[in-house]
Amino acid sequence: MAAGATYVPIATYTASGSTTTITFSSIPQTYTDLRIISNLVFSGQIYLQFNGDTGGNYSITYVQGTGSSASSGRTTNQTNGMQMGYGVSSNLTVFTADIFNYANTTTYKTALSRDSDAGGLAQASVGLWRNTSNITSIAVYSPGANYSSTSTFTLYGIASA
Amino acid sequence: MANPTMTLIASNTVGSGGASSVTFSSIPSTFTDLLVKISTRAAGSGTATNQQLNFNGDFGGNYTSVFAEGTGSSAVSYKNTGYSFHFIGNIPAAGATSSTFGNCEIYIPNYTSSNQKSISSDSVTENNGSAANQDLSAGLWTGTSAITSLTLTCGSGNYVQYSSFYLYGIKNS
Repeated sequence: MAAGATYVPIATYTASGSTTTITFSSIPQTYTDLRIISNLVFSGQIYLQFNGDTGGNYSITYVQGTGSSASSGRTTNQTNGMQMGYGVSSNLTVFTADIFNYANTTTYKTALSRDSDAGGLAQASVGLWRNTSNITSIAVYSPGANYSSTSTFTLYGIASA
Repeated sequence: MANPTMTLIASNTVGSGGASSVTFSSIPSTFTDLLVKISTRAAGSGTATNQQLNFNGDFGGNYTSVFAEGTGSSAVSYKNTGYSFHFIGNIPAAGATSSTFGNCEIYIPNYTSSNQKSISSDSVTENNGSAANQDLSAGLWTGTSAITSLTLTCGSGNYVQYSSFYLYGIKNS
């Protein structure tokens, strides 16, 4: 049995209905990976922004289905974060993101996400942050769209040992 | 440090007689989210069949699913509105390579809330390189009651022996 605790809740928030950003700050550096679970209602883009970096240092590739067509695309040198999801309706959306090896100071950081909105989107994305800093804060950022007051966000720590 | 909160609630492995469906009932309300991990194969004809999810014994037209599916050669997307189940993907059937099982993971956040329930599921099936399906699904159940049971149903024939189902609870505090 591994000695370290895994799948540990670090912080959880419920949106106020008038905010576009939920920020997890002072993230402990004691885990291997991070996982964000969000159940939210809004219509807009979902960005993950690390350590407050708003520069063009993010890239994403996605595959998605809208209910009528399937497609894949890529965006490079993205500013304000990696766009990892999209709320398209008034339905509850499930958004999950895994951020790997976040505490190391040697490699660029990668993330995988799933976005599920029965109103019209099933999407999987991979993102890259071109920065070797350890991640100490994550903003789940939605430009121009408030998260409803039923939206919840939890950050978990995953330990490998 | 907070306590780890991913807890196995129940599991089920299908015996030699097969099973057309598997139900987890009396799900405790003490968690925040539910996670289901399954490895399954169907006895029905063809190389693949679908797999269905229902909550609280509701088999009415109260489910909507959007999914993106890749087959190895093309990708498609469909939306099922007002269906009697949530489509969670395909699994290998009798015509697929023997001993090959499909894998699926289902995430259900805030399952005790009084809101409608959202679902995210990922599913893969493989036929030894000659065919495959990968499905990303988004689901909505219009029920506003807390989820106390969930049923997984094989689309064609029974689940075969050794099909396995694991239900986990996840707490956010």
